[in-house]
Amino acid sequence: MTEAIIQAPEAVTWHLAENEDHDHGGNGATILGFWIYLMSDALIFASLFAMYGVVSTSFAGGPVPREIFDLPLVAVNTAFLLASSITFGAAIPHMEAGRVGPTQLWLAITGLLGAVFVGIELYEFSHLIAEGAGPQRSAFLSAFFTLVGTHGAHVSVGLIWIAAMLVQLGQSGLIQENKRRLMCLSMFWHFLDIIWIGVFTFVYLFGVVR
Amino acid sequence: MNAASGDPVDPALHSHGDTIGHGSRRSYWIGSFLAVILTAIPFWLVMTGAVDGVTTTALIFACALAQIVVHVVCFLHLDTRSEGGWTLLAFLFTCVIVVLTIGGSVWVMYHLNVNMMPMPAAGAGEHMSTMSRH
Repeated sequence: MTEAIIQAPEAVTWHLAENEDHDHGGNGATILGFWIYLMSDALIFASLFAMYGVVSTSFAGGPVPREIFDLPLVAVNTAFLLASSITFGAAIPHMEAGRVGPTQLWLAITGLLGAVFVGIELYEFSHLIAEGAGPQRSAFLSAFFTLVGTHGAHVSVGLIWIAAMLVQLGQSGLIQENKRRLMCLSMFWHFLDIIWIGVFTFVYLFGVVR
Repeated sequence: MNAASGDPVDPALHSHGDTIGHGSRRSYWIGSFLAVILTAIPFWLVMTGAVDGVTTTALIFACALAQIVVHVVCFLHLDTRSEGGWTLLAFLFTCVIVVLTIGGSVWVMYHLNVNMMPMPAAGAGEHMSTMSRH
């Protein structure tokens, strides 16, 4: 950074000022701080996974995973969340290039895919409760609803955030603050997909296999 | 920051100091491809029952671990240089705590259950399912 300033002619001072702002201003600290938040959120999920792992076979004579988990539905749900992660990745180069329209478009598609994910999950929950496999049925189901529900709540918050970003992009475009917010949202969204890898493997697939 | 990724150097793009999230297009496509494959394999294994249970269990957890690494590297762009290595340090610390929390809880509670509760002979293969308390 220092060498760049020494070598640069005055003509590009504007660019360097922005560069300086990027490296030592709020962005680096914000990104690192948001990363620390994600890591602490991972610990919340770790404790929920641990709880689920401990009581995952405490069926209390109630339904077992093989009977209640609809794997094709989970596969579709997983596909929607993974697709939303990929479409968010598609928005990033448009954001970097300062193209507001395509950024909004890919962000909106991401939000729609995420909304379908939450919708399918709510359908699954209501179906389970209607079958008598609600959270009060057994320790296994309490832990299942807590773990999967916490993930779903995170995705729902992500959807609100996406909607807020769409409005902010419409109002002020790709200003530096909005780029920073989008990077944090992108990390949050990819993080939720990573948690879902643990959920579909540990809860659904492993639950059906064993 | 993307010097090793093979991207054409675009000053407008590289003026951004934040290293997280600015991956190369190539890593994004590789990551997407691997994520789809590593999601499809475990679902296919379980839904078709192509191999026996123990092998399936080992494979689905291996795929999950691999996919988590793919997501962290290709989508979250974790590397040794981001934020001076602090993101990697925080990530590794989190991994240790996650393994201790999940592994430790399951291990301790499993042995607690096995050692504390009478074990009917018929349920020997399914220790924990026989001791539901509710």
